[in-house]
Amino acid sequence: MSRAAWFWVFVGPFLAGLLLFSYVPIGWSVLLSFFEARNTVTPTDFVGFRNYREMLTDRSFVDSLLTFSLFALAVVPLTYVSALGLALLVNRIEFARSFFRSVFFLPTACSYVVAALVWKLSIFSGVDSGLANTVLGTDIAWLVQVKPPWYWLALITVRLWLQTGFYMILFIAGLQRISQSLYEAAEVDGASGWQSFRYVTLPQLRSTSIAVLLLSLIAAYQAFDEFYNLFSTTGGYPPYARPPLVYLYYNSLGAGAQDFGHGGAGAVILAAVIAMVTLLQGKLIGRERA
Amino acid sequence: MKALRYLALVIASALFLLPFYLLLRNGLAEEADITSPQWTFFPSTVHWENIRELFEDPAVPMASSLLNSLIVSVLQTSGQLLLGAMAGYGLARIPSRHSRWVVGLVLGTLMIPAAVTFVPTFVMVSTLGWVSSLRGLIIPGLFSGLTAYLCSQYFQSFPRELEEAARVDGLSPWGTFWRIVVPNSGNFLAALAVVNLIGSWNAFLWPLVIAQDEESWTVQVAMSTLLTAQNINLHELFLAAAVSILPLVVIFVVLQRFLVRGVTETGIKG
Repeated sequence: MSRAAWFWVFVGPFLAGLLLFSYVPIGWSVLLSFFEARNTVTPTDFVGFRNYREMLTDRSFVDSLLTFSLFALAVVPLTYVSALGLALLVNRIEFARSFFRSVFFLPTACSYVVAALVWKLSIFSGVDSGLANTVLGTDIAWLVQVKPPWYWLALITVRLWLQTGFYMILFIAGLQRISQSLYEAAEVDGASGWQSFRYVTLPQLRSTSIAVLLLSLIAAYQAFDEFYNLFSTTGGYPPYARPPLVYLYYNSLGAGAQDFGHGGAGAVILAAVIAMVTLLQGKLIGRERA
Repeated sequence: MKALRYLALVIASALFLLPFYLLLRNGLAEEADITSPQWTFFPSTVHWENIRELFEDPAVPMASSLLNSLIVSVLQTSGQLLLGAMAGYGLARIPSRHSRWVVGLVLGTLMIPAAVTFVPTFVMVSTLGWVSSLRGLIIPGLFSGLTAYLCSQYFQSFPRELEEAARVDGLSPWGTFWRIVVPNSGNFLAALAVVNLIGSWNAFLWPLVIAQDEESWTVQVAMSTLLTAQNINLHELFLAAAVSILPLVVIFVVLQRFLVRGVTETGIKG
C-alpha cells in the first residue's frame, strides 16, 4: 500500500466525522440564518440579512450578549488571580503539598449541574435555612432578587469553585519550569520578595498566563450549564442573567419555538463576537508583554 | 510567614471542601434537617437508608441514568481516543500533501466553540432520527479536534528510532502504530483518557438537547430535571448528586498523578 493510502487509513475516519458533525452543521447553520425557518430545516423562504437585523435589534438577545460580557469580565480576572494565588501558596510549602493540591483540584470532578444544585438549594437558598443566610444572619433571596443583583455572587462563586483548581494546576506546572538560578540571581541583586515575583515569576509565567486567560475566557463565553441549572424552572427562565446560549436554547429548541433561522443568525453573531474578543485579548496580552 | 501560608491554605481548603460536605450532609439527612430555619452543621441523625430510597424511587431514574452515563462516557472516550490517536499519528508521521489543510480544519474546530454549533448539530442529528438514543448522545461527540491535535503534537516527539526498527522488521505503518507507538505512549494516552472521561461524564448541554425521553437521560440530565422541577425531594436530589460524582472522585484520588499531567498537557498546548 502506498504512503498516500496509509495517510487516509489513519486520518480518513476522523476527518469524515469532523466534516459531518462539525463542518456540515456550521455550514447548514449559516445557510439557515438567511432563511425564514420555523419548524423546518429545509426552508425555501430566503430573507437575506433580515434574521441578523432582527437579532441585533432584539433587546433580549443584545442583553444576553451584555450579560455574558459582564460575566466574562468578572470571572476571567478573578479566576486568574485566585488560581495564581493558590498555585504560589501550594508551590511554596513542603508539608502536605499534594494534599492541598488535591483539595483545590477536586471540584474539577464535579459537573456544573452538581455545583449549581449545592449553590441553589443549600448555600444560596433564599429561605432562612440557606447556608449563606444562616451564617450572615440575613434574609436575602439570593437568586431571585434583581435589585441589588445578588445572583451575580452565586454565578461567579460557583464558576470560581469549579474551575480555579484546573488553572492552578497549569500555574503550578509553569512555576516548576522556572529555573531556580533566576531566583538566586535576583537574590544576589538584592531583589525583595515582591520584586522577584514581579520581575522573575510573572514574566516567566507568560505563556501559562496567556493559556489561562484565553481558556477561561472561551469557557466563560460558553457558559450555559450553571445559568440553566441555577435559574431555570418548569415555568421557564427569568428575564435576567440570561447568557446567549440560554437564549438560543430557548428560542431554537424550546417547546413550540423551533426557530432555526434566528437561531442560526444568533449562533453566527455569537461566534463572531467570541472570535473578536479572543483575538483582541490575544493582541492586548501580546502588546503589553512585548 | 510560613504559619500564615498554612492558615490561608487551611481556610481555602475548608471553603473548597464545604460543598462536598453539604452534598453528603443533606443527602443523608431527613427533609426537616435541610429546610428547618434552625440550620445546624451536623444533621440530627444520619439516614443511610436514604441510599436505598433513592435507588428504589420510581420517580427518579437513578440506576438507568447512571448506566447511560457510564455507557456514553466510556464509549465516547474510547472512540475519541481511537480516532484522535490515529488521525494524530497520520498527521504527525505520514508525510502527505494533504496534511496542511487537514490540520487547518482540525484547528478550526478548536477556534469555533462547540457550544455555538449545538443548534445545527441538533437539527442534523434529529433528521437522522437519533434523538433520545445512545448513538445520538455518543456519535456526534466522537470527533474531538482537541484530542487529535494533542495526539499529533505528542507523536511528533515520539522517538523515530523505535519506528525505524519496526520498519526494518517489516511492520506496516498499521502494525508499527499498534505494536510500537501505542504501547509506548501509555502514560500520555491514559492522561488524555481521564481528561476526556471527565468531560464526557459531566457534559450537560448536548445531553439536555438530545436525551428527551427519560430512558435516555444521563445522570446530569436526570439531576437537572429534578432540580428545575417544582416539587423536589431535597435529600434525594443531594444524594443523587453525591452518587453521581463518586466515580470521578475515586478516579481523581487514584489517578492524581496522571490527571495532573493530562491537565498540564491539554491545558498548555490547547
